[in-house]
Amino acid sequence: MAEVPDAEEAAAPEEGGRDEPETRYGVPVTHSRGQVVLHPTREQLVDLVRMLRDDEDFRVCVDVTAVDYLTYEAHRDLPPGMTGERFEVVVNLLSHRRRERLRLRVQVPADDPTCPSLFDVHPGTEAMEREVYDMFGITFTGHPDMSRILMPEDWEGHPLRKDYPVGMIPVQFKGVQNAR
Amino acid sequence: MTATESYFSEGTQEMGPRKGASAAELLRESGAVLRLSEAEAARLADLPPEEQEQTMILNMGPQHPSTHGVLRLMLELEGETILRTKPVIGYLHTGMEKTGEVLTYAQGATNTTRMDYASPLFNELVFSLATETLLGIQDDIPERAQWIRMLLCELNRMSSHLLFLATNGMDLGAVSMMIYGWREREETLRLLEMITGLRMNHNFIRPGGVAADLPDGWRDAVLRVLDLVEPRLDEYEVLMNGQPIWRERLQGVGVITAEEAIALGATGPILRSTGVPWDLRKEQPYLRYDEVEFGVVVGAHGDCFDRYAIRLAEVRESMGIVRQILDKMPKGDYRIQDRKVTPPPRARIDESMEALIHHFKLFTEGFKVPEGEVYVAVESPRGELGCYLVSDGSSVPYRMHIRGPSFVNLQTLPHMLRGGMIADAVAVISSVDPIMGEVDR
Repeated sequence: MAEVPDAEEAAAPEEGGRDEPETRYGVPVTHSRGQVVLHPTREQLVDLVRMLRDDEDFRVCVDVTAVDYLTYEAHRDLPPGMTGERFEVVVNLLSHRRRERLRLRVQVPADDPTCPSLFDVHPGTEAMEREVYDMFGITFTGHPDMSRILMPEDWEGHPLRKDYPVGMIPVQFKGVQNAR
Repeated sequence: MTATESYFSEGTQEMGPRKGASAAELLRESGAVLRLSEAEAARLADLPPEEQEQTMILNMGPQHPSTHGVLRLMLELEGETILRTKPVIGYLHTGMEKTGEVLTYAQGATNTTRMDYASPLFNELVFSLATETLLGIQDDIPERAQWIRMLLCELNRMSSHLLFLATNGMDLGAVSMMIYGWREREETLRLLEMITGLRMNHNFIRPGGVAADLPDGWRDAVLRVLDLVEPRLDEYEVLMNGQPIWRERLQGVGVITAEEAIALGATGPILRSTGVPWDLRKEQPYLRYDEVEFGVVVGAHGDCFDRYAIRLAEVRESMGIVRQILDKMPKGDYRIQDRKVTPPPRARIDESMEALIHHFKLFTEGFKVPEGEVYVAVESPRGELGCYLVSDGSSVPYRMHIRGPSFVNLQTLPHMLRGGMIADAVAVISSVDPIMGEVDR
C-alpha cells in the first residue's frame, strides 16, 4: 500500500543522468518497498513540512517517531553523500486529496540530540514529539511543553535507546529518601 | 513548592497553575495555533490577574469509572466551565515497543495484539502487513487468508463499536444501553472465540496468513450472530436516538471542526464526524476491501452525537461487509506456502526429520527479514493504526513502532472540552473512545 505512482514523474525535471541523485522538492529521495522517503536536514525540516502542507496538500502529520541506529550493522538506505547519524527522526505525512504518503527521515547526531519542532506547522505533533523526547532523549526546539509523557517524571534514561538495557532495572520508589 | 506538594505531585507533566502560564500557553489553550484572530489573542494574553485567580484545578482520574481505564485529566475550571485540560498519560506504559525489539517477527503479533485490547485483530493485522511488506511477500498471501483476515477484522470492528455503545451509554447514565451493548458484544466475542480459540488477544493473524483455517460450521455461526445483532441495532436506535435526554446530552457537545481535526492529526470517527470522508479501507485499500461494497459514514456537526451515530452506522456497514465476505470466501490455503515463513504441517513433522528441524528453527530463531524500513497503516475502529518497522536483516525487528490512533486522538480533548461544562466532559471523553492500552503501550 501507499504506492506513489507519480514518483518518477515528479522527479523528472531534475533528471540529468543516471548517476545524478534523485531529488524531490529539492531534497534527496530514496524508495523503500515502493514508499517514498525524503531526507531533509534538520535545518530544512520545518520549511519543507510547511511547504508540503501549504503547496502540496500534505495536510496531516500522521506520525512522528525516531530510531536509534547505535547498534545497526546492516546497510542503511541513505542518499549518496549523506552520512547516517545515531538518531533518526521519522515523520509520516499524509495527503487526503492526493491519497499519498510521504516519509521524512532526519539525521540527528548523538552529540547534539535536538531537532526543530513541527508544532507550529502541525499542532498534532505535540504528544508524539513528547513521546520521542521521553523515549530517545531528542529535544525538540520550539516545542511548548518538552516533558516526559509515558515514563514517570523522575525516570532516569531514555528507554528506547539501544544502550538502555532491557532487563534488570532497579525498582524505583518515589518520595522515600530515608524511610527510617 | 512545599514538601507535601512535591510528595504528591508528578512534576512537570502536570498542568501548571494559571499564574505561571505564559501568554503563549494561554493562546494555545484556546486553540490560537489553529484559528485565533490577532485581536482575540491580544485580549487573552493580558487577562487581568484577579480574573485568573478565580479558577480551580480539578483532577479527574486516573481511577475514575468514566475515564476508560487510567486516563487522568487535569481540568481548570471557572465555576462549572472548563478552561484548560491536560491529559496526563503513561499509567499503563509497559514498554511494548521495547519488548517488540527482542521478540522475533513470528512472536511479534503476540505482543502487538495486547496494545489495543478492544480491537486486537487490527494490531496483529498491521504488524503482519508490515512484516510481509518487508519480506516482499505481500502480493503472495493466499486469497483465502486475505478474506479470513477481512472477516475477522470486521467482526472485531463490530465488537469494538458495540463496546463503545455500551460504555458511552454507561458514561451518560443510560445503563440499559450498557447491558445491551455488552450482551451483543459478547455474542461477537463468542464467535471470535469459536474461530480463533480466544475471546481477546487472539494472535490469529500472523505474518504469512492466519493461524488456522475456519472451523466447521463457521458460516452458520456468523449468520446467527448477524441475524441476532441486526434487529437489536434497530432497538438501540429506538432506545437512544429518539430519546430527548440522550440527544440533549450529546448534540452540540464537544464540537470540533474539520480543520482542527486535521491539524491535530485526528483520524477515524472523530475526523469523519466533521464531514471528512476519510477511511483507509476506501482511500488506500488493503486486503480485498476494493472488492466489497460499503459506505463511509460521515457526520456534519463534529459533535458527540455524530461520533455516536457514526459508530452505530459503522456496525451496520461492517455487517454488510461480513455478508459479502460470506458469499465471496474463496477456497484455498489459509497461509502462504513459503517454507521460509510458514512452519511445516503437523503431519509432516511426525515422518520427516527435516521438517522437525525446520519447525524447530522457525520457532526458536525465527525467519530472517531483509533490511529496510516500512510504514503500513490500516483503519482500526478508532482511526489510523500504523506500524513502522525497521529491520537490520535479522529475525528480530530493529525497531517496532505502533502509531496508535487513541494516542493521537486524545490531543483533541483539550480542544473539544474548552468552554464546555464539566458534566459534558464525561460525554466528550467517551466519544473519543480511547483505549489506554494503546495510548500508553
